[in-house]
Amino acid sequence: MKTRAILFRRSITAAAQLLVCACAKAAPSSTSIFSNKSTPAHQLNDLSMFVLAITGLIYVGVSSLLVYAIVKFRARKGDTTEPPQVFGSMQIELSWTIIPILIIVVLFLATARVLFSVQDAQKPASALDVIVVGHQFWWEFRYPQYNVVTANELHVPVSSKQAPRPTFMKLTSADVMHSFWVPQLDGKTDLLPNRVNEMWIDPQQTGMFEGQCAQFCGPEHAKMLLRVYVDTPEQFKEWIAGQQRTQAELTAVPGGLQPGANETAPNAGNRGGAGQALVSKVPPNSPTTQGNVAELGESQEISARTGQYVFEHEACISCHTVAGTVATGRYGPDLTHLMSRETIASGAATNTKENLLGWVGDPNQIKPGSLMPAMHLSDGQNQQITAYLLTLK
Amino acid sequence: MGTDSMPAPQGIEAGLDQTSVVSRPGTYLEVIHGWIVTVDHKRLGILYICYALVFLLVAGSEALLIRIQLFYPHNNFVSPFTFNRLFTMHGTTMVFLVGMPILFGFGNYLVPLMIGARDMAFPRLNAFSFWISAFAGLLLYYSFIGGVGLYGTGSAPDVAWFAYAPLTEKAFSPGHSTDYWAVSILANGIGSIGTAINILATVFCMRCKGMTLSRIPLLPWLYATVSFLVLVAVSPLTAAQAMLLIDRYLGGHFFDTQMGGSAILWAHFFWIFGHPEVYVLVLPAFAFANEIIPVFSRKAIFGYPAMVAASVGIGFISLGVWAHHMFTIGMTSFGNAFFTLSTMLVSIPTGIKTFNWLATLWGGKIRFATPMLFSIAFLFQWVIAGLTGIMLSVSAWNWQLHNSYFVVAHFHYVLVGAIVFMIFAAIYYWYPKMTGRMLDERLGKWHFWLMVIGFHLTFDVMHFPGLLGMPRQIFTYEPDRGWTLLNQIVSVGGFIQGIAVLILAYNLVHSYFRGKEAGPDPWDAWTLEWSTSSPPPAYNFVVDPVVASRRPLWDLKHPEDPDSAFE
Repeated sequence: MKTRAILFRRSITAAAQLLVCACAKAAPSSTSIFSNKSTPAHQLNDLSMFVLAITGLIYVGVSSLLVYAIVKFRARKGDTTEPPQVFGSMQIELSWTIIPILIIVVLFLATARVLFSVQDAQKPASALDVIVVGHQFWWEFRYPQYNVVTANELHVPVSSKQAPRPTFMKLTSADVMHSFWVPQLDGKTDLLPNRVNEMWIDPQQTGMFEGQCAQFCGPEHAKMLLRVYVDTPEQFKEWIAGQQRTQAELTAVPGGLQPGANETAPNAGNRGGAGQALVSKVPPNSPTTQGNVAELGESQEISARTGQYVFEHEACISCHTVAGTVATGRYGPDLTHLMSRETIASGAATNTKENLLGWVGDPNQIKPGSLMPAMHLSDGQNQQITAYLLTLK
Repeated sequence: MGTDSMPAPQGIEAGLDQTSVVSRPGTYLEVIHGWIVTVDHKRLGILYICYALVFLLVAGSEALLIRIQLFYPHNNFVSPFTFNRLFTMHGTTMVFLVGMPILFGFGNYLVPLMIGARDMAFPRLNAFSFWISAFAGLLLYYSFIGGVGLYGTGSAPDVAWFAYAPLTEKAFSPGHSTDYWAVSILANGIGSIGTAINILATVFCMRCKGMTLSRIPLLPWLYATVSFLVLVAVSPLTAAQAMLLIDRYLGGHFFDTQMGGSAILWAHFFWIFGHPEVYVLVLPAFAFANEIIPVFSRKAIFGYPAMVAASVGIGFISLGVWAHHMFTIGMTSFGNAFFTLSTMLVSIPTGIKTFNWLATLWGGKIRFATPMLFSIAFLFQWVIAGLTGIMLSVSAWNWQLHNSYFVVAHFHYVLVGAIVFMIFAAIYYWYPKMTGRMLDERLGKWHFWLMVIGFHLTFDVMHFPGLLGMPRQIFTYEPDRGWTLLNQIVSVGGFIQGIAVLILAYNLVHSYFRGKEAGPDPWDAWTLEWSTSSPPPAYNFVVDPVVASRRPLWDLKHPEDPDSAFE
């Protein structure tokens, strides 16, 4: 009896799966909820097939009865007599009350099983921790275990049965409500200010998975796109190592406001403490003491050097961090390794020189409603800043 | 009147007043003045319906603008700011200025007539409720002009119809657009509560002689349930608007997360209104189906007591399901499980209703006049809407489906496929009673078929972008996601529905002047409103009717086989 029930369940689920696969083939999409690559998404998918199969059967049954009744009991021409009046039947009423109750018990138990197993999953020791902070209209990702901060493009390691390495995320918001949704990896979880939610993924396939904010959050909600890069363990290690370097280690720009003592601190700007030490040492508005710096302000030369000067003497640093420099703002995305990302403006544009230049000049051209203001700098200054940004590898 | 001593059928016959009212036609000014100061439930009902139909055209146009913008990926037809205003106003208008008023309009018109009363219990409260609702609607639309406000930002509200905190706080929504939204909903809520009290009092205190609780036609029964729900559900919404205004003007921090307020609190307040609201809208649609399907099947409704119990049951269960809108907000697994179960429970009474309609058709002699065509389409569409509702109640799957176009398709299936279709059925069914003239059947068939084709193109197809990861409320989308063609089909369907609604509008005006005379009882129906002339006189019935069964006119027409013999 039990095997029979399981067999029945498997066969209707398989039928639904077949149907959905056919539909998915017709319209391939990188964000389909049916092409799942992670355990929670798998479990949700299996459950959805079961529910689809049951509701599909109900629909076929009820609508065939309706069609039959409408065709069979249509009024014939010329017949003006009234049909026999029937007022009801207790037995029939009872049957269509009890059968739906049984169906609901089945559906509820199936749901509860998946619900508890996904939502209350235990975090293994090997798990990667990520803190996701939603902003209008971009994503901040922090890796507390590695002291790394990045934006909009989340990197996580692949996870396998032999070497499980799930990613456990804590999600919160800096302003309004957002929702983290990468359909191939898991359902969505909302990001709320004043509250921490949790979700986990264990992608079993490397590659790039797309998603976007799924809770209306203001003018640019549509362009709060999201990418998850699933790396091999080696790639991920390498990526982390790259992200941990500060810009001070990468480029020692003379004339840039260098935080002398902090040069070796990993990703120093990401830590409030280090950042504050930095600011107290060199207040952004204080005149620089190095001889060649004064000229940089007027220089027309388009180079990373002059770009960094402009970047650090305009308002850029109030919102952006470039680790290892005086730029320690936390309102906008961390730019320390900007060039390691494939997109800018939370996926609104690809990360090319032209787009960067256009973005620095007037963010509203690319993303109207973006909270980054146009700074009304000269074309030359915009090009200088872009040249600097291009060095943030 | 002496009806006490008479047997019931004669009482009804005495109530049949089929002489049309002849009075001096006033000047235009007198006519307009008459409509403004009226406390007649029929005139107020018609005012509600006309007011809602105007806003239906407005909000429908907003929907079409939305669909033009979504026709191509990265389309620049409207700016993101305008787009956000469009969908906020579309949703708010359709729920508060179209759905509620048109349903209250039919309730106002029909409830007293069907229970054999001469007016509502509180005629002046009735007029007040209408006019404050009308004020709320105009106030909301005045925001396009007045919403710019002191801070120079924003015009119409742009925070989505559920206006999640803290997006509505001063920090994120400067200017006055959100204030217009909050005050307008608050004012509208006062009108709704007034009407709800009125309908409850009318149904329970104003019934004619012989109309016991078990003989109330299903429509008044369902309107009583709806009014109960409005009383319970609209109050938290009104409270929430007051709290929001306190936050915005008096420095409160209910929802101000920057000062320790709670975003989830708003979500709870809103949805404890918002979900019963769905039933506030859908139960009147059920009520129309309960009247129309039996008449055109030529059979009494199957299982009247079960239908009443199911409707009242839906009323109670619907108060305990609101957090199924919040499965992704971070409730505990037990919370999610509870709301999964409570939501699934709703499908039991709604299933009972569906099967009872099916059983009413069974063995009947079905006539396919336009009201019945819309009702049949409603039955099929309602089944789909209910089943996608079950899918959404599966909380784990809901994590994927929530806030996607699948949800948009689901609730439009309910709101358009069930409610709007039944409103159209009701318009074709009761227009002869309200105006004395029939709507044109040929235009009606055009309206019906275009509506069915447009509806299914739009809302069947709309499920799929959701399954392919398209979130709702986005002003544009990426070209590489496979959503483009689907969105184009959806948009084309939208325009076909637009044409269908214009045909209805033309039919309404055309038939008012040129339509066939209806007579008191064009559909050969059985409830009391068909026993008086079309349109009914101001006092409804010359003689207070007396009933002996649920179908007094059946008893009258079939003295050899009266219902009263079986009760």
